[in-house]
Amino acid sequence: MATRHDTAAPPAKEGGAAPGRPAAVPTEAEQRRRARLSRRWQRDKRWSPYAFVSPFFLLFLAFGLFPLVYTGWASLHQVELTAPTDMEWVGMRNYTRIFDDDFFWNAAKNTLTIGIISTVPQLLMAMGLAHILNYKLRASTFYRVAMLAPYATSIAAASLVFVLLFGRDYGMINWALHFVGIDAIDWQNDKWPSQFAVSSIVIWRWTGYNALIYLAAMQAIPQDLYESAALDGASRWKQFLHVTLPSLRPTILFTVVVSTIGASQVFGEPLLFDANKGASGGAEHQFQTLGLYLYEQGWVNQHLGRASAIAWTMFLILIVVGIVNYVISRRLRASS
Amino acid sequence: MTTTTTTAKSVEPEDAVPTARKVRRPKSARAGGQMHGGPIAYIVLGVFTIVSLFPLVWTAIAASRDNQRLAQNPPPFVFGSNLFHNLDVAWNDANLGKAFVNTTIVAGTSAATIVFLSTIAGFAFAKLRFRGRGALMLIVIGTMMVPPQLSIIPLYMMVAKLEWTDQLQAVILPSLVSAFGVFFMRQYLIQALPDEIIEAARVDGASSWRVVWHVVFPAARPAMAVLGMLMFVQTWNDFLWPFLVLSQTGNPTVQVAVAGLGRGYTPDQSLIMAGALLGTLPLLLVFAIFGKQIVGGIMQGAVKG
Repeated sequence: MATRHDTAAPPAKEGGAAPGRPAAVPTEAEQRRRARLSRRWQRDKRWSPYAFVSPFFLLFLAFGLFPLVYTGWASLHQVELTAPTDMEWVGMRNYTRIFDDDFFWNAAKNTLTIGIISTVPQLLMAMGLAHILNYKLRASTFYRVAMLAPYATSIAAASLVFVLLFGRDYGMINWALHFVGIDAIDWQNDKWPSQFAVSSIVIWRWTGYNALIYLAAMQAIPQDLYESAALDGASRWKQFLHVTLPSLRPTILFTVVVSTIGASQVFGEPLLFDANKGASGGAEHQFQTLGLYLYEQGWVNQHLGRASAIAWTMFLILIVVGIVNYVISRRLRASS
Repeated sequence: MTTTTTTAKSVEPEDAVPTARKVRRPKSARAGGQMHGGPIAYIVLGVFTIVSLFPLVWTAIAASRDNQRLAQNPPPFVFGSNLFHNLDVAWNDANLGKAFVNTTIVAGTSAATIVFLSTIAGFAFAKLRFRGRGALMLIVIGTMMVPPQLSIIPLYMMVAKLEWTDQLQAVILPSLVSAFGVFFMRQYLIQALPDEIIEAARVDGASSWRVVWHVVFPAARPAMAVLGMLMFVQTWNDFLWPFLVLSQTGNPTVQVAVAGLGRGYTPDQSLIMAGALLGTLPLLLVFAIFGKQIVGGIMQGAVKG
């Protein structure tokens, strides 16, 4: 590859040899010109890949990596929201302060439980849905688009509607439940109902999206796997267990990782689920997530340093979760 | 299965379609593939469709009533007569006119820039050889795993220092980092752009920029359209960061404006629903028109991811 360019004709479109000129004996000037063009050509070939990828990396450095690292630095300082440029070194004090705060542990627990309540049913339903969508169906595109409609709905709009649907006195859901003899549930103020309600917003928005991802992976499974399983007499359920699920393993892992990251960041849904309580996540912090707690510390209590410490703690938790995920997936791969 | 093929075709390279078809032969006793769905499948799908669409329909119903009606049992199931009045009031109260212009600018600029940068970077990763390519690609994938929310505090400090509070560039610039876009375009171009075409252009003496302009962009157009729509939706719906740096009364995006409607101690629920409806409607229209392509794009990105 490299040698050919040395002998290649100079770029015709960039003013190379004119069509009428005899090509036999190039003049000295012509030779110099060719050498120069060839050098430019080499330079272009060598450096243009870096030029193409550099905008992404520059943006990432400026708005991704630098802020992430700087969050760690800021977490060792006292920084007030009102004067974000005045930083006073306090060492680990921000960390000891938040670890001593019951609301931090409360928020961590809530993030975990809301994460589980929202992620596990979501992915299970998405899997079942994908399996059904994989059948030959009438109007299959319609179902797919309809199930993606919640994904097009913003967190703000979805949360505001769900607040009404989950209303204690006049909400649609309590109204429907009274027909089956269930008394009005206080979805906003009781701990588990409120966590379930907040999670349901997440589930509603993301189930269809994950179903499509599973469906795509299912369609990539070679059909002969099913054929040979069917020849061996495997029932459809057995085929699902022994062909579909193992083939989907990388996709499942991918969705679990993405959902875990998403669940650790839940913010808008609990913020708007009780808009008057705002950042406290309910009257008794019953659905305050770490994302909300960070916001409360940083923007309500105006301690940006402490908020940074929370952000970095969340980052470290994510790294641990990532490592655990990696180890589990390697185990699974090794055992299969 | 035929519908699947057409769904995905929009972003599949031409030559991949026949091979995909060849593999799929009708056969009855299989869990996946060609089995016809029975009545249970349709019932389950019907339930999920209703659950998916009902909150959106009910948003419109609630927006067409008034506050008193929403504080009565049973809740309304049919449209009232207040829709246009509520839309009008919400539009003015929530500063929605300005919010729409702002969000269109933000989402449009972000989506266009991300698509452009992702295409050239994805092309370099997919088709060009250079030192450090593998390591750099690993970094790109790694950055997809770090949620941007963890970086908001220094970003907020930057915005405060530059005095960009309530200005759109404060929202646009951080949104331009999209590792997903680079990854998405790389996966697409690896298979959609034959090496021979690039070689041919090279032999003709085309510079790298010419190759990008005349070969890569035309070949990548379907994937660029899908990525553009996905990024537009994502930026349009972005909440946390705009909520921090923009104010509802000053220079909001739609999400900030709509969220602001829910505050206040005696909020008018029908107005809130009208605002939520207005904020959602544009994207629902986009989905109604391009739904098939978006579905195909998400599935396309998923298989390779």
